[in-house]
Amino acid sequence: MSRTRQFLDKLYPFFDKGGKLEKLYPVYEMVDTFLYSPPDVATGATHIRDAVDLKRVMTYVWIAALPCLVMALFNTGYQANLAMQALGLDSAPGWRGAIQNIFGFNPNNPVSDLVHGALYFFPIYIVTIVAGGLWEVLFAVVRKHEVNEGFFVSSILFALTLPPNTPLWQVAIGISFGIVIGKEIFGGTGKNFLNPALTGRAFLYFAYPASMSGDAVWTAIDGFSGATALGLGALGGVDAIKEAGISWWQTFFGFERGSLGETSTLACLLGAAFLVYTRIASWRIIAGVMVGTIVTTVILNIIGSNTNAMFAMPWYWHVTLGGFAFGTAYMATDPVSAAHTNVGRWIFGILIGFMTVLIRVINPAFPEGIMLAILFANIFAPLIDYVVIKANISRRVRRYA
Amino acid sequence: MEAYINLFIKSVFIENMALSFFLGMCTFIAVSKKIETAIGLGIAVVIVQTLTVPANNLIYSYLLKENALAWAGIEGVDLSFIALMASIGVIAAIVQILEMVLDRFFPALYNALGIFLPLITVNCAILAGSLFMIERDYNFKESVVYGIGSGFGWALAITAMAGVREKLKYSDVPAGLRGLGITFITAGLMALGFMAFSGIQL
Repeated sequence: MSRTRQFLDKLYPFFDKGGKLEKLYPVYEMVDTFLYSPPDVATGATHIRDAVDLKRVMTYVWIAALPCLVMALFNTGYQANLAMQALGLDSAPGWRGAIQNIFGFNPNNPVSDLVHGALYFFPIYIVTIVAGGLWEVLFAVVRKHEVNEGFFVSSILFALTLPPNTPLWQVAIGISFGIVIGKEIFGGTGKNFLNPALTGRAFLYFAYPASMSGDAVWTAIDGFSGATALGLGALGGVDAIKEAGISWWQTFFGFERGSLGETSTLACLLGAAFLVYTRIASWRIIAGVMVGTIVTTVILNIIGSNTNAMFAMPWYWHVTLGGFAFGTAYMATDPVSAAHTNVGRWIFGILIGFMTVLIRVINPAFPEGIMLAILFANIFAPLIDYVVIKANISRRVRRYA
Repeated sequence: MEAYINLFIKSVFIENMALSFFLGMCTFIAVSKKIETAIGLGIAVVIVQTLTVPANNLIYSYLLKENALAWAGIEGVDLSFIALMASIGVIAAIVQILEMVLDRFFPALYNALGIFLPLITVNCAILAGSLFMIERDYNFKESVVYGIGSGFGWALAITAMAGVREKLKYSDVPAGLRGLGITFITAGLMALGFMAFSGIQL
């Protein structure tokens, strides 16, 4: 037996019933089952047999988010270094500058980019973990349920959807809202009806629009202002994006301004492939989103508009811009808040694709639509399931009538 | 034609009675426990809204508005101050008549709608539909479209709400929030999702 196992076993009596730290058992359980597979096995008439339990499912999603995390580090640093070059700066103020001076500010040096990105990403991620984790543990202790790895997933996804310049206190408020109102008051993982990470993100978006939208927040450097590719597109369509020197391949690989982890379509594709391969994400939802997007875009292309350049944007631009890929791969496929029936998943996905394009093109208030589209579809997911099940029942009644 | 479609979409999604104006909350909260009953109430609201908004429109523009009585040869009379009372009266009367008509000629539908029809008399979404119509100066055709649209939007919202609440039956809400508390929070979160439409100009 390993040392850690022995150490955990030695601590067990303190947390067991009647032990001194009985109240904190969920914390012990969290550490234990995070490190080791839980010993309990199902007894009695079990209907579902699967080697993957909920904890591993959540860990897999976290692993799937890794490509986006790497791209978040790299691209955030790259954009920051580019901005510093454009502003003619060669040193940054504060503690970040002290570290970053060692690695330089050259956008063509990958190490410098990675470190610079990490200096912005990890403070946000750590605040997310600490603030959200506090709520999670508090609820687990008071309500005597387990601390679930669902939080692990919500926290990484939440952190990756934020702009790099988000003030840390807003990060803390956002994840608190997402975890408490989005999930814990419904009873924890698996019992919520909205995606917790997106709930927190949407809350921040409407509560503090100045730090969540506009041109100044997408690059980590203060005083540098530059619109996202989608923001440019909202003003002048694809032509404006190309004029700004952003090519389609650039948006595909993710070297553009945007929220931390959302820029790279390639990284999201890798994550989505892993999720579909491990059968955690439903391919039907992803396919549905694609169908919805393509059909809506083609219809809008045909309708056309003289005043709104977004009408002419082709679907292959829609897919690589903004948070589309990230939302489709990680948020829409959330098995809890999505539709649960197979037909329902198609409808759910198509609704998301349709709404995303609609918000991007028709709604001048929001340049990006995937976040609100997914929340909107989450609301209708139970209803979609209901209709699908009812249709199935009446079909079978007719067949056997 | 395009203007009417825009008005319909606007009244269903952008200015959703339940989720952007929070009107008709009492029935919205009380009758959204099951999807079937929610659909029943939703249909009743659509029917009543489609009847009362145009009816109020006619009464307002031919009896109450400034100089509306010109057709009867009476000039310079402005009765718009009783528009609120008139609307309430018209709604109550129409619901009563509708109830009797359904009872006499469509007993199946009458039984399906059951208690919901009288409930609707005091639903503020219905009154708001007529008052918005007066405030925004809709003409008769527009008032028909607006009536259908706002009723349909409310029906959509309550059906979605019932779907979510049926799903929430399996959740484990803290004791203090069970029942009304979590329902209010759910309605708020749904409104967050409906924010997707805010800002669309049609």
